[in-house]
Amino acid sequence: MNFEFQVIIDAMPSLLEGARLTMLITVIGLIGGMILGGVAGAARAYGNRYINITAMGYIGIIRGTPIVVQVMFIYFALPLVADIRIEALYAAIIAIVINSGAYMAEIVRGSLLSINKGYIEAAFALGVSRWDVFRDIIGPLAFRRLIPPLGNQFIISLKDTSLFMVIGVAELTRQGQEVMASNFRAVEVWSTVAVLYLVMTTGIAVILRIIEKRMKIL
Amino acid sequence: MSLVEFKNVSKAFGDLTVLEDLNFLVDKGEIVFIVGPSGSGKSTLLRCINGLEQISAGSLCVEGQDVADKNTNIREIRREAGMVFQQFNLFPHMTAMENVCYGVRRSRGASRNEAQRVAQEMLERVGLSDRSHHFPSELSGGQQQRVAIARALAVNPDLMLFDEPTSALDPELRHEVLKVIQDLAAGGMTMIIVTHEMSFARRIGTRLIFMDNGRIAEDGNPDALMSNPPNPRFSDFLAHIS
Repeated sequence: MNFEFQVIIDAMPSLLEGARLTMLITVIGLIGGMILGGVAGAARAYGNRYINITAMGYIGIIRGTPIVVQVMFIYFALPLVADIRIEALYAAIIAIVINSGAYMAEIVRGSLLSINKGYIEAAFALGVSRWDVFRDIIGPLAFRRLIPPLGNQFIISLKDTSLFMVIGVAELTRQGQEVMASNFRAVEVWSTVAVLYLVMTTGIAVILRIIEKRMKIL
Repeated sequence: MSLVEFKNVSKAFGDLTVLEDLNFLVDKGEIVFIVGPSGSGKSTLLRCINGLEQISAGSLCVEGQDVADKNTNIREIRREAGMVFQQFNLFPHMTAMENVCYGVRRSRGASRNEAQRVAQEMLERVGLSDRSHHFPSELSGGQQQRVAIARALAVNPDLMLFDEPTSALDPELRHEVLKVIQDLAAGGMTMIIVTHEMSFARRIGTRLIFMDNGRIAEDGNPDALMSNPPNPRFSDFLAHIS
């Protein structure tokens, strides 16, 4: 076979459009996921029994089911069971928020509980309030430990967005498939799609590496 | 009024009784050394005073405030009872200066400038003003412990609690920490010190308490108790430790 670069050049606009949507879903989804994961993780680490069980239930259900099933449920089943109709793009973003939130909750819980109790006691012994201890001591120390596993989750979630082609969101993988359906150039199209994913995941890795270096992991 | 007042204080962790029916008073200016075998409840006793552990029975008052009373603001007690830990527990993401400033700002509500002025003074007092911008990881164990003492002093407590302040240090670094404690003693600070440094206790202590199995087995003048141990448990302990 011959590899034709012209195919790639012609396909580039629609693939880049897909990559843009992939990034949009990922960024908004992960911001939401971090908020949800932070709350659920703190609930796991510090919550009373009922709060803890609620958070565990959420984490268990999400981690125990495939993300494709989750997004199908949100997009196709929710309108039937609750009369909630959501655009495909929003369904995709919600799926990433809920899904990454569950994984991040466990990461957050782990980092919160990994903080040496001695630092916390030292702060309490000075007469500092609970909230200040959380904000000034536990938070910053836990955040440093959060960065490497969080980076991992960012990359996984970015790649998971490719599964949203099942509900017709025009993200990168879906765009690739549509281009291929019109020109049948599988090698050129899928190599380019792969490279575009690689550029995005590498970008995330580099940004996190810079933050990690700046923060001097303890 | 005594600074610290233990009345029939007991403390249990589940089924395990750690402190049993303790009764004693600490008055202003006293330097009380608490010694005893490991597991005898020394650290727990200290940690009950500033509410890091809750007592199970009896009453424990610091400056007349009952630590177990729901209406007592435990933060007020902690401001008056500074604590120094065996493992220093300096905040690793803050410089020496920031560590010392922290309590002054968050606990006493001082302004940044005021906190820095106090912190500078305290670091000078422990001989570390030239290390103020170093992180804990850049300091030796002895230096870290001196910063930790400065951090506790900066809040301006009436009482200092030391939980084995030299146990995590190499022998050659201990003297610099003991020197700081000795200076505090000379300045009239009331202190309760859990330690194994018997000769130090003898030199600067005004009082020695020997704990055994959660009870106070001896309570008296350090020199008198050590030169003439009144009970076999205490003389055994002295023999094992030296």
